[in-house]
Amino acid sequence: MNFSFNARNVVVALVVLGLSLLPVYSALSGNIFILTLFTRIVIFALAAASLNLIMGYGGMMSFGHAAYLGIGGYAVGILAFEGIGSGFIQWPVAVAASALYGLVIGALSLRTRGVYFIMITLAFAQMAFYIASGLSRYGGDDGLTIYKRSDFGGLINLSNRVQFYYLCLGCLFGGIYLIWRIVNSRFGMVVQGIRSNEQRMQAIGYHANRYRLVCFVISGMICGLAGALLANNTDFISPAGMYWTRSGELMVMVVFGGMGSLFGPVIGTIVFLLLEEVLSQFTEYWALIMGPLLLLIVLFARGGIMGLLGRMSRD
Amino acid sequence: MLVLVEQSLNGLQFGLLLFLLAAGLTLVFGIMDFVNLAHGSLYMMGAYFAATFVAWTGSFVFGIVLALGATLLLGIVLEYVALRHLYGRDHLDQVLATFGLILFFNDAVRLIWGPAGLALPLPAWLTVPVQIMPGVSYPAYRLSIIAVALAVAAMLYVVVMRTRIGMLIRAGASNREMIGALGINIKLLFTLVFGLGAALAGLAGLMQAPILTVQIGMGENILILAFVIIVIGGIGSIRGAFLAAIFVGMIDTLGRAFLPDLLRKVLSSAAASTAAPALSSMLIYLLMAIVLVVRPEGLFPAAKR
Repeated sequence: MNFSFNARNVVVALVVLGLSLLPVYSALSGNIFILTLFTRIVIFALAAASLNLIMGYGGMMSFGHAAYLGIGGYAVGILAFEGIGSGFIQWPVAVAASALYGLVIGALSLRTRGVYFIMITLAFAQMAFYIASGLSRYGGDDGLTIYKRSDFGGLINLSNRVQFYYLCLGCLFGGIYLIWRIVNSRFGMVVQGIRSNEQRMQAIGYHANRYRLVCFVISGMICGLAGALLANNTDFISPAGMYWTRSGELMVMVVFGGMGSLFGPVIGTIVFLLLEEVLSQFTEYWALIMGPLLLLIVLFARGGIMGLLGRMSRD
Repeated sequence: MLVLVEQSLNGLQFGLLLFLLAAGLTLVFGIMDFVNLAHGSLYMMGAYFAATFVAWTGSFVFGIVLALGATLLLGIVLEYVALRHLYGRDHLDQVLATFGLILFFNDAVRLIWGPAGLALPLPAWLTVPVQIMPGVSYPAYRLSIIAVALAVAAMLYVVVMRTRIGMLIRAGASNREMIGALGINIKLLFTLVFGLGAALAGLAGLMQAPILTVQIGMGENILILAFVIIVIGGIGSIRGAFLAAIFVGMIDTLGRAFLPDLLRKVLSSAAASTAAPALSSMLIYLLMAIVLVVRPEGLFPAAKR
């Protein structure tokens, strides 16, 4: 990767540096709130990055990604509830359960295209939501409190704010690295080729849906990990966290930042969640502003923030 | 037996309501190629308008007519101000923009009417039970929902299949550019169709209002059901939407009513009471999955372009 000093790369470098040094700032200024806020942001950025893998590179507009957040979270919550506190078990289960869900849902949904795909992923995620609401042993609608965060022996202490933040950040950077490797691999090239011209790829001899499905499952696994992190962050898991508006928010984060760019979702998540935070300080009715703002962004700012920066650096 | 009749009627009534919602969605999608997530918000607004106007005027019928007009107007304004700029854009853009509208409407309702739900009380003449069969009586209001929805469905059929404007709508669905080139004011047509869809959503919302409470977010779950119906019925097909809506309404209602008892015969009662709610809310999604496997285009796909 040849690095050049354009606006895009400078912003990405600043974001990476800023996220890495945030705990230092938090410790120096004594501002703990900013650390908890950014822990949340980093976790959602991982989820958004996973969605970007299928939306931006795979051309699959999934409107049901919040389901994985819920599945990952419930894997941690349910295992903790049943007395299995080890993260070495909880987290792989979270990822595996997400993979299984992605495999089944993906195999069914990928039979369709376009709007159908959006509607179907949405409907299946809503089904997952209802199933979670029906888990009466695990709190049903009210959700489940997680009394003890995942235990990784003496390796890392998740109850320590700074350690947990760096774990989340490590997962985010690891996730982005993985996505970068995938996108630039032969497999990733095929997936992107299918996005641009499915018929041609079929004609060359690629089984389009198999590639799509694998990509879909990988994305779900990464998002399931984000779900496990999120459950540890909030010490709580409930169906509300996988409601369909959450899926919509994830899509917004991706599009805000710029679909199909590696760091776009990270920047989109930072902007979206900070905006939400700032607006909700002004008024209880923050969505009154956020909603029309979203409409305006869709109407006038194609390509999101990364697209904007890209255009700036070309001029 | 008695319960079966009653629940079947409930299912039919729910299905018809779903049809009103799905018909608007599928019309707008079929003609303008536009996905409107905010359709559920129009459903909600219909219910809020009805609750407000009925309380203001003191008359149920008059209030409802006003509410219908208000939802129609809201739909037209919405189309004119924002949504017409999204025609021809990527579906993702449309989904995100209308998602923004949902956020807006939910908070606007919270600001204007407060977070607590409203009730829409029925007039006395609609609360009487009607004897439909010897020994079986059914609430008059639910019967009138069935009657109104069937009438609207029939009207919709006549308008779309038998009138000039319906012809234009169908022509618009099959080739937009062509009817524009033939000198039809396609923008006006689009606005009209969108207003019609909004009014149908509003009608569904205000008819449902007296049965459930009028509350924020009431349009969201039912919107997803409407999506399921469109997927099952085939996008753009009103006939498909009608049949799929009744099918889904029946399965959902009957599943919720009888599945717990059926499960109790197979499983222990504790396991059944845990599994039943989850399973009955899954039923329609399972149905959708089966339809997808068998016919990915839906049961009654609109004519191929």
